[in-house]
Amino acid sequence: MRHDVFIAGYGGQGVLLAGNLLSYAAIHEGNNVSFFPAYGVEKRGGAAMCTIVFADGDTGSPVVGSPSVALLLNPLSFEKYAGKVKQGGVCIVNSSLVDTTGVELPGIKIIPVPMNQIALEMGDVRMVNMVACGAYGEMSGALALSSLEAALKKALPERNHRLIPANVTAMAAGAAAARAKKA
Amino acid sequence: MNSAVTEKIFVKGNEAVAMAALEAGCRCYFGYPITPQSDIPEYLSRELPKTGGEFLQAESEIGAINMLLGASAAGVRAMTSSSGPGISLKQEGISYMAGSELPGVIVDIMRQGPGLGGIDASQADYFQATRGGGHGGYRIIVLAPNSVQEMYDLTMQAFDLSDLYRIPAMVLADSVIGQMKESIVANPRPVVELPDKGWAVRGRQEGTEQNVVKSLKLGDGEMEKFHWMMHDRYQLLADKECRWEEYLTDDADLIVTAFGSTSRISKTAVAMAREAGMKVGLLRPITLFPFPKRAYAALSEHCKLFLDIELSTGQMVDDVRLSVARDAEVAFYGRPPGAGSLPTPEELFEQIARHYRACPAATEVTL
Repeated sequence: MRHDVFIAGYGGQGVLLAGNLLSYAAIHEGNNVSFFPAYGVEKRGGAAMCTIVFADGDTGSPVVGSPSVALLLNPLSFEKYAGKVKQGGVCIVNSSLVDTTGVELPGIKIIPVPMNQIALEMGDVRMVNMVACGAYGEMSGALALSSLEAALKKALPERNHRLIPANVTAMAAGAAAARAKKA
Repeated sequence: MNSAVTEKIFVKGNEAVAMAALEAGCRCYFGYPITPQSDIPEYLSRELPKTGGEFLQAESEIGAINMLLGASAAGVRAMTSSSGPGISLKQEGISYMAGSELPGVIVDIMRQGPGLGGIDASQADYFQATRGGGHGGYRIIVLAPNSVQEMYDLTMQAFDLSDLYRIPAMVLADSVIGQMKESIVANPRPVVELPDKGWAVRGRQEGTEQNVVKSLKLGDGEMEKFHWMMHDRYQLLADKECRWEEYLTDDADLIVTAFGSTSRISKTAVAMAREAGMKVGLLRPITLFPFPKRAYAALSEHCKLFLDIELSTGQMVDDVRLSVARDAEVAFYGRPPGAGSLPTPEELFEQIARHYRACPAATEVTL
């Protein structure tokens, strides 16, 4: 099986950490992974985007034209990437910042998840990327929550390991929110 | 080091280069920061001193290449790295190294140019790398990895080939391969028989000949002799060290050819074409100098259409045209990508399909 996903948002939303996390989780499940980041020269603000491809065999092209899943965290990335999702694919959108009411993309399923709001309820808006990762695990069925949890130890520096339980809760909340929208 | 490692690690292409340099026994690194390769000096500034090696951030790229020349003249395994603008500055030193028959590894993580250009991927420094880059008529060994694993493996090979032939070796990649992360196995350094560096300037011993490392050759006939010797050495390289990868070429009516990052995108596009019933294959040169001419010559005996794909307006395509049989046609598709814009597999598939349909030998397909 080969899976590909776009993650895009503002610099500072944790897009690249989310990409690393999905990559480590995919490795944890025995896959080969290609993680390809693209971001501006700014530390915060600007646009951040990454592509993750994982497969039990050859990952092939690290450059993906139309991913099966896109995690879009802000309005700009929604505008730019939502339409690129493959037919039959899924677009998971941060509905706290992107208004998807009335938006229809033929052949693409839009899953609005209020990521900022959920992260705030969990105690810190900076966990928006964790909510997104949880939603991805749920919608794609490609990565188990337990793998994402294991990946946190690899993706986070040792000094931040004390925050792992809070991040796991945020991922679970993201998964639950996506599950509710799936039906 | 030589510690047997089998566990997979998840690292950037640039980090893999730095790790491989350590494993290869690189004792000195000299460099100057520039995007998109700064992860290499960053990693080595942290790790090289731990192994007793020297990391030095030079005052400029010109300083760094001349330090590489000096370390190499003393018989030490050493490396420098940069990107387009910095590699241009290094050309004088590379020419002096070539003229002095000095080994040394130069890593070029290509960005866009000319001038300061931009920080996104480009393959437009193919000519600069494969034609020698500096003055005087010389060549350097050029290896073109297309994965993070190959960034690791080919960097180690660059050290060995460079020492074996006493020719500077370049690892030529771009910001896609340098910045992307993949899981790799950090293989231990292979055992390679290398000649002793008896030519190195290490201080003269009592009763021994004086070693001289220089590129100035004013003696009667000295220069001509040097050039013929190097000419033979480049020929030996071409005979023994050409590396390439073939994918589904056996029955192909159209062969796509690309190196580095573009070959990764092309391979997926070729697989898409096969799924659509087109007999398409891929030929990827791994050594750009020596260029694997005989692979093209052999394949063009039965396949008469090649499609060269590059992130430029066309450079390697010249070498492909010089290498295929006279009756084979070489088409080209390429573009210099801007920020955030790289050809997708779908885009390359369209190009393959367009040329395949026009190919008289091609098996009938309905698209």
